[in-house]
Amino acid sequence: MTSALTTDVRDGIAVVTLDVPNAPVNTFARSVRDEFTALLDRLERDESIRAAVVRSGKPDVWVAGADIEEFLGIETSSQAEALSRDGHALLERLEKLKTPVVAAISGACLGGGLEAALACAYRVGADTPKTVFGLPEVQLGLIPGGGGTQRLPRLVGLEAGLDMILTGRNIRARNAVQMGLIHELVHPAILDEIAIERAKALADGTLKRGMAGGPHGPRHVLLDENRVGRALVFRQARERILARTRGHYPAPLAALDVVATGYTHGTDRGFREEARLFGELAVSEVSRQLVFLFFATTALKKDPGVAEPAPAPQSVQKLGILGAGFMGAGIASIAAQQGTLIRLKDADPGRVGKGLAAAREVLRDRLTKKQITRQQLDDYMTLIGGTTDYSGFRNVDLVIEAVFEDLGVKQAVLQETEAVTPANAIFASNTSTIPIAQLASVSSRPQRVIGMHFFSPVPKMPLLEVIVTPQTSREVTTTVVGYGKTLGKTVIVVNDGPGFFANRILAPYINEAGILLDEGVAIDAIDRALVEFGFPVGPITLIDEVGLDIAGKSGAIMLEAFGTRMAPSQSLTRVVAAGRTGRKGKKGFYRYDETGKKRGVDPSVYELLPTGQRRTEVPSDEIQRRCVLAMVNEAVRCLQDGILRTSRDGDVGAVFGIGFPPFRGGPFRYADSLGTERVVRALEGLNSDRAPRFAPAQLLIEMARGGRRFYPERGHPFPG
Amino acid sequence: MATFGNGRRVAIVAGVRTPFARSGTALKTISAIDLGKTCVAELIQRTSLDGHDVEALVFGTVVPSVLAPNIAREVALLPMLPKGVQAVTVSRACASANQAITDAADQIALGHVSVAIAGGAESLSNVPILHSRGFSDALVTASRAKTIGSRVKALSRIRPRDLVPITPAIAEPSTGETMGQSAEKMAKINHVSRDEQDQFALRSHRLAAAGTKDGRLTAEIAPTYVPPKYDLVIGADNGIRDDTSIDQLAALKPVFDRRYGSVTAGNSSPLTDGAAAILLMSDDRARALGYTPLGFIRSYAYAALDPGEQLLQAPVLAAPVALRRAGLSLRDIDLVEMHEAFASQVLSNLRGFESKAWAERAGFSEPVGEVDRARLNVMGGSIAIGHPFGATGARITTTLLNELGRRGGQFGLMTVCAAGGMGFAMVVERQ
Repeated sequence: MTSALTTDVRDGIAVVTLDVPNAPVNTFARSVRDEFTALLDRLERDESIRAAVVRSGKPDVWVAGADIEEFLGIETSSQAEALSRDGHALLERLEKLKTPVVAAISGACLGGGLEAALACAYRVGADTPKTVFGLPEVQLGLIPGGGGTQRLPRLVGLEAGLDMILTGRNIRARNAVQMGLIHELVHPAILDEIAIERAKALADGTLKRGMAGGPHGPRHVLLDENRVGRALVFRQARERILARTRGHYPAPLAALDVVATGYTHGTDRGFREEARLFGELAVSEVSRQLVFLFFATTALKKDPGVAEPAPAPQSVQKLGILGAGFMGAGIASIAAQQGTLIRLKDADPGRVGKGLAAAREVLRDRLTKKQITRQQLDDYMTLIGGTTDYSGFRNVDLVIEAVFEDLGVKQAVLQETEAVTPANAIFASNTSTIPIAQLASVSSRPQRVIGMHFFSPVPKMPLLEVIVTPQTSREVTTTVVGYGKTLGKTVIVVNDGPGFFANRILAPYINEAGILLDEGVAIDAIDRALVEFGFPVGPITLIDEVGLDIAGKSGAIMLEAFGTRMAPSQSLTRVVAAGRTGRKGKKGFYRYDETGKKRGVDPSVYELLPTGQRRTEVPSDEIQRRCVLAMVNEAVRCLQDGILRTSRDGDVGAVFGIGFPPFRGGPFRYADSLGTERVVRALEGLNSDRAPRFAPAQLLIEMARGGRRFYPERGHPFPG
Repeated sequence: MATFGNGRRVAIVAGVRTPFARSGTALKTISAIDLGKTCVAELIQRTSLDGHDVEALVFGTVVPSVLAPNIAREVALLPMLPKGVQAVTVSRACASANQAITDAADQIALGHVSVAIAGGAESLSNVPILHSRGFSDALVTASRAKTIGSRVKALSRIRPRDLVPITPAIAEPSTGETMGQSAEKMAKINHVSRDEQDQFALRSHRLAAAGTKDGRLTAEIAPTYVPPKYDLVIGADNGIRDDTSIDQLAALKPVFDRRYGSVTAGNSSPLTDGAAAILLMSDDRARALGYTPLGFIRSYAYAALDPGEQLLQAPVLAAPVALRRAGLSLRDIDLVEMHEAFASQVLSNLRGFESKAWAERAGFSEPVGEVDRARLNVMGGSIAIGHPFGATGARITTTLLNELGRRGGQFGLMTVCAAGGMGFAMVVERQ
């Protein structure tokens, strides 16, 4: 087997290049750790080596962290704890090595990679946008297990260190040098040269080991070096975590405890506590679900959207967008950032102007956060050409329509577009409910018609639901899937059908919330129960946000398609009939002030509901059971009906599209964690002559009967 | 079908411009560079052009930005063009865009490039304001000073009068005469009366207003969405007055010669912001890419005379040369577009066309002839539409070819007068 490390000794300096063979990124897999151990042996033994430099052979990555595949083999907390302790021992050797080691960092330096860099004597970074530093472990329900909780805060200060550990966010190279995370930042062309020079100086003693400046100043003295100050920092951090996670995610709290232990009882205790809690978290349910989502999204990145062998995607150089509303402008803003030339069309210049302003708002926000430069903002806006006619559509590769949600309107623009675009142009609809086949029925080239269902707000929502009809060509699918990925989206491909996947499983969930309203349950009680379950907002808030008129329209389509089991609640029907539209009209189930800020339940809305001002109490867990199982049941139906290709797509779609709690993995993972039998029993318990909507999906009954699961209980979620 | 020189035939595929706005109004917040970029971006968009096909960009400007003197390169760095599109800025006063177009055409004719963009931009709302000589001397000395003492000493030499900024005037460096004074002089020499000038200005506004109303003139305009809010959308020129009258024009006071003069703000072109651009290709490439050109360049000519004489009369010397190179006479020409710097200049030029003396100066025995007014500036001209110096030539080219197409004509002649006593003429053909 080829080794990951190559060592070249010149002039007494060992230049070690890390390049894991046949892998896109460098990780600290077991074999790499073994090679590092051997390297340390050599550095300790070989007197001719005065110092060492560790660089990466991959342009965009130094070390991306641990090998997550390895975590899947972990079955007990003590196995994981041992893994962490081994890491501690290795990095302690590195830290205490007499031969100074300089990290020459170009590209991502994450997780275990950063922890290793922290144990080096000196760190030089390359000034490139790809050079970032972070400890993303909490995002997988874990804590740093290689001493990061102890070394990082001591290097950059408690506040900055906690921020990195508790949020998992990346730090750009320029900030890293300012906060003392690295000693120097240089042009990538001289990175190796400077690293070697520093290694020599460290060996000669002309450069002393030590912090890159380190935390200093009055704030540091008050907060880091003072017990009372630290207690304040820890208390505030805990409050922020609880507000953000609502207690659903144990990892950030565990990380906080470990950092605190290190400060209170010394780093030895800190390291031990880090290993212990890392072990516990590694086998926790939350971490397993988050790791599943990591693998699911990674798998989707490689999935071309059709069965292999997949045809190569066409390139999308020019994009036509019909409708410069909030969706159209949002799509334009992200497409422009990928260098796509965009023709943004709407009926009149005023609307085009509003669309341009909305797109600029998105970019402006990125500029404020220093994610793009002023020049980039100007360039991106220049790529978006507003128009009120179809000029400039002669060379578009893809057209996305985001016009008014009405079949007639959409069919009309489809036909207009086909008359002015090249024969190989793709027409994609951003409809959320209208079946793509109905649109394609008026097309002269139905094989080039597809659905691209973006979620609002487009720049923030990570999911793209691509909808194919039996006529959609495979090349069109791979092109749209490929372009969706270019736009930074996680793309699932689903088959055509009313509501597709996301809105179809949302419908019974929203309906159930509405039926609870019909029964007299309080608006805020319903929302609170589902937020407690882990949704970002409750169902009633959600439809207020989406627009009650739109929810009503969507409900009617679902009723027509699926019959009474999808009948909308009387409450929603009545509130829509009363002309309430939700937040956009500043009048919905909730009240809104002049600026559109939510101001609590609107008590007057109860007058419109079946029970009037009379309220009924239903326990929170029953609200959760009814709404969530209705959704889970529908998700299984989507799999059974062939809307979904795999349960993986369903889980990713539900989590990233409609906010299903990530720590529960998605509706299928949730069903697995409850057990399919238990789900069927619970549904049958809710099912009755009065509520036949709860009849369990056939596939679910079969799986329960066979004691089957959607995913393997252990190991890789997608074996083979 | 003919080519100019011995080269390849050059097609004008399309032309687009921003609306022209009086300086200090609708477009005042947009720099000349950004006007140029907006215009060229829309040209590329509208024509469904693949930016990778573009090989060169030539742009004209008269008052360049001190910070970015090569406006052409800034425009060529548009995100939809490859960074390898080489670009040059040219300056020939009010014929700068014509210079850009003929430079690009020459490169195509020579076979050096096959697809080029040419045009120009001007923002007279954003002209550089200079410091006085005394002030800039003091600043330069202070910046070179090695000690604080000598820096203070250098700065202490500044006098209050040094603080008065210098704004560039539209005056001839050689004669010190402003353009208005030259126009005034031409009116006197050629006996162009005040009423004749006002009538011509009125005609310009009426015809431009009609062209705007029926959409012929606005067809060449890319509506400009003014950033950052984009709530202001400019879709038409804002200097055209369909409500002006001969009485209103007659009431204006002469600006350049209060006692004996006849040139007023009403019968002159206004200071204007705007940009215009043209897509040029070799005939073969245009066909290969599936374009139907607006027309072709048949010939062109430049000429010059002593700026101290009749500054804006050189089109009279250029036009007969361009016609001879085209192998045509004025009778063959379906439409004439003459740049209107001043009504007095247009009317002087037209008189020159009819004059045997001017014909002989140009080396011809017979005059160009009398221009049929029904074929002249049929949608008005710069007096009404406006005159962003660097852009006008491209605007006229597009206007002429579009209208020639609408009328089913074959040949068009355009002339442009320029500071420094220079003149330009070009003959275009449709088939």
